[in-house]
Amino acid sequence: MLPLDIFLSAMANGLMMGAVYALVALGLTLVYGVLHIINFAHGATLTAAMYAVYVAHAALGVDPYLALPGLAAIFFALGYMVQRWVIGPASHGDDSNILLVTLGLSIIMENALLAGFRSDTRSIDVPYGFSVVEVGNLFLSTPKLVAFAGSFVVAALLWLLLARTDTGRAIRAVAKEKTGAALVGVRVEHIYAVTFGLGAACLAVAACLLMPTFLVNPRIGNAFVLVAFTIVVLGGMGSIPGALIGGLFVGVVESLSGLYLGESLGQIGIFLIFILVLLARPTGLFGARA
Amino acid sequence: MRSSYLPIAIAVAVLAVLPLGTSSNTTLNFLSFALIVALAAQGWNILGGYGGQFSFGHAAFFGTGAYGMALLQVRFGINPWLALPLATLMGAAVGAAIGALSFRARLRGSYFALVTLAFAEVFRILANAWGFTGGAAGVLVPLRIEAANMQFADRATFYWLVLACVAAGLVLTQAMARARFGAWLVAVRENEEAARALGVDSLAVKLRAITLSSGITALAGGLYAQKFLYLDAGIAYGSWISVEALLAPIIGGLGTVFGPLVGALVLLGLGEATKIALGHALGGAVPGVDLVVFGVLLILCVAFAPRGLLGLGANVRRLLRRPV
Amino acid sequence: MSQSTRRTLLGGAAAAGGVLAMPAILRAQPAAVKIGILQPVTGALAQDGEYGRLGAQIALDEINAAGGIKSLGGAKLEMVFGDARSTPEGGTQEVERMQGEKVAAIVGGFASPIVLAASQAASRYDIPYICDVGVSDAIVGRGLANTFRFGPGFGIVTSTALENLVKLNDAAGKPAKTVVIVHEDGLFGSGMAKLLNDQLPPRGFQVLETIAHPTPSRDMSNVALRIRALNPDLVIPSSYYSEFVLLARTMQQQRIRPKGVYAILNGAASNFRFVKEFADAANLVMDCNHWADPRKPKTAAVRAKAEAGGRFWLYNTPLNYSCVALLADAIERAGSTDRDKITAALASSSFAGHIMPYGPTRFEKGQNMGAAPVNTQVQGGDIKVIFPDAFADAKPVFPAT
Repeated sequence: MLPLDIFLSAMANGLMMGAVYALVALGLTLVYGVLHIINFAHGATLTAAMYAVYVAHAALGVDPYLALPGLAAIFFALGYMVQRWVIGPASHGDDSNILLVTLGLSIIMENALLAGFRSDTRSIDVPYGFSVVEVGNLFLSTPKLVAFAGSFVVAALLWLLLARTDTGRAIRAVAKEKTGAALVGVRVEHIYAVTFGLGAACLAVAACLLMPTFLVNPRIGNAFVLVAFTIVVLGGMGSIPGALIGGLFVGVVESLSGLYLGESLGQIGIFLIFILVLLARPTGLFGARA
Repeated sequence: MRSSYLPIAIAVAVLAVLPLGTSSNTTLNFLSFALIVALAAQGWNILGGYGGQFSFGHAAFFGTGAYGMALLQVRFGINPWLALPLATLMGAAVGAAIGALSFRARLRGSYFALVTLAFAEVFRILANAWGFTGGAAGVLVPLRIEAANMQFADRATFYWLVLACVAAGLVLTQAMARARFGAWLVAVRENEEAARALGVDSLAVKLRAITLSSGITALAGGLYAQKFLYLDAGIAYGSWISVEALLAPIIGGLGTVFGPLVGALVLLGLGEATKIALGHALGGAVPGVDLVVFGVLLILCVAFAPRGLLGLGANVRRLLRRPV
Repeated sequence: MSQSTRRTLLGGAAAAGGVLAMPAILRAQPAAVKIGILQPVTGALAQDGEYGRLGAQIALDEINAAGGIKSLGGAKLEMVFGDARSTPEGGTQEVERMQGEKVAAIVGGFASPIVLAASQAASRYDIPYICDVGVSDAIVGRGLANTFRFGPGFGIVTSTALENLVKLNDAAGKPAKTVVIVHEDGLFGSGMAKLLNDQLPPRGFQVLETIAHPTPSRDMSNVALRIRALNPDLVIPSSYYSEFVLLARTMQQQRIRPKGVYAILNGAASNFRFVKEFADAANLVMDCNHWADPRKPKTAAVRAKAEAGGRFWLYNTPLNYSCVALLADAIERAGSTDRDKITAALASSSFAGHIMPYGPTRFEKGQNMGAAPVNTQVQGGDIKVIFPDAFADAKPVFPAT
């Protein structure tokens, strides 16, 4: 049996990692909830955002946390444009075509990054990279705690945006009934693009919060995609609280099964729980809609 | 009735005489691999194209067929000519089991897609950890070039073997599409509730479809194992084949007999062509550029042929037939 | 010395044979000899492939600048590059294309699955194939006459690592008794962990725990936690770059300081990027890995060329440099681009002009018998060779704490 403080540390790690997963999953669930598409380019977009953080720090000397608002805005704009002028027109609104287009985009991004930055794994060195908060016997990484808090802030902001603003109401209307929304004057294409932009902005935030303790190479985003998909489904597709709680849940499950089964076999824990949840409750843990 | 099989006969005949015309093993090797992917995609197309049940986890079946083929030979000394049908059956059994679990739970759409993906991942992790499958070291089928051992001295023979399997897949798909079962399957895709109301046992139809689908994809996996004689968990159960088996029919034309074949040849052909074209120019000095071009072509392909390349062909034919 | 004399003589004889057989070659500008360089430069293994390609490029440029293959009238070597795309089928397809371009031989592959598939495809055409890195023992154990491995295989690496570990520990007064093994769950890491579990206890070490992790891993915190709980004297990690960097950083952050970190074929512990970017986390980490011989003057020259392009010095570069040099020597001695003659020349090769710490090559069933890894240690921002003594340029610092 492992000592209690190790167990608690693993729980804390799971929660902190889970919060980052949640951030990655938020973008995915939002796009899924509104556009009903599975975005294959999500991982590559995260990679691109992480390179943006890297460049901001390495070339311009901007701290990742200071770069956050600017990068979120830039990625919102990029996401908006890509959906409005590439994915939308190229896919002709057909779901299976969207799969192809987003996959094509992910191939382009991943390999453009490979050509531009080469295959080396890069990381940034910030003064607080190794700082810890001591809680009893636990050393909690400060940047990871920041990421944990950041995820909640982003989820709350997103929720407020959806619940309280006109754009949010339009997004929800399009998500529920796009023909109806179009009839009452909502510009569906614009709303789609806004949603996609928000998804990309979430990834930019995730990248800023990840980079102080993580690293980047042209394929790194793929490591988060599968886990983000499981969170989206577990949390119920399109549900923001679902993504947040699902992310924390998956983080803890992964951490504990890694601790007891070993990191390698421990990965199986996530997928088995995922399968069992779906077989028992096909709409996910928090999903209301079928 | 007969005439609907004529295009299949012509296509297969054209592909079959290729080795006689080309002396290039580069082309034959490429085509053998492309046809293996096409076969895996034909399997996917039955469930995904005709049945509307998108799977993201056909690697589970491909890998089972591949591991079955390799392990039956290596661990049990079974002749590959017998191992191949057995591996196909094993893949079909896995498909039936996954189908029974997920269709009974009424999973559909993205939920079905992601549960199949999760199953494939579970298989991958297990195959990587389990000693019987060779674990992380993988499994190597001994090289013994004999026709009785399904290893041939020249590339053309194996190519014809794969082509025969693809031809069988085409005929099977065509027969299915024309049979009552095919009509039921399409009815389930278009509107499951309505189909049930008309007396179609949708669960049974979907189960038959996934069994058939996974069997064909497993056959492709078995051929892959015999072509490369080496497997590890990432190759056999990796997501690459799930993605290619799904992309090829979408590019070629979902729920069409030739869609997967056309799609696989175009998808892999484009990748190979960009690699050769840019490889000559750059010599690998700037890696990834060819794949960027490939990605752009892929998107353009979708933009200009949204209903698959076969759909594009139909449009062109319609345009040509229209009196001016 | 006597070695090089013999080679010169052999080369001369072969050249004479070449002149007699093909006088036309001397008159016209000799046709370039095409060499297939196979590396995964896109996909998951892109980093290794790129550094491998770099080594091959440096060797080819150097050989051509020095007048090409003399026994073929100064024929230049021409690279036919193939991107294996990090998959076995990608590697096979490139071998077929290289056959179409009539290469004299193929060098590279990097990963075992790619090498297994590619060397087998090459064997259909009797193309000599020199494996650069792939450590699976199946590569040279299959009886393919065309396949050679210049570097050490899995068995040699692990047994050398064990031997040197015992020596190191004994010399320091046996401070290390308990061990935690951390390994990636692929072909090498898993196989190594199994062997270490068998071999460490009889040598007086107690294995407290063996932790497998997947590649890619998003977080190594739990592995660090386990190490902290078990508090071993020694941590033996065998992982790729990213995972080891994450582990080393977390260990530093969690203030976990074992008496030693003794890596085996680790992707980061012999990587200057890691040493430069995380000097504290990297300091005094030991690794048993492929590494160029620091005492050979040519090593510094090759390293300078590699770094001139802004690249770091990774083992893939000297290994591929050496493999290409080995091949050029074989072609020189064969005096022909005939594949069977090159294969025969490789099989009988005793080439000492490479920059790995192996001594002259001697192939038995395709395996270079002299090939062995060396032990390195990160010391004060540099990577030093600490074992074996014959090649060492520094003394080991152990225990580290």
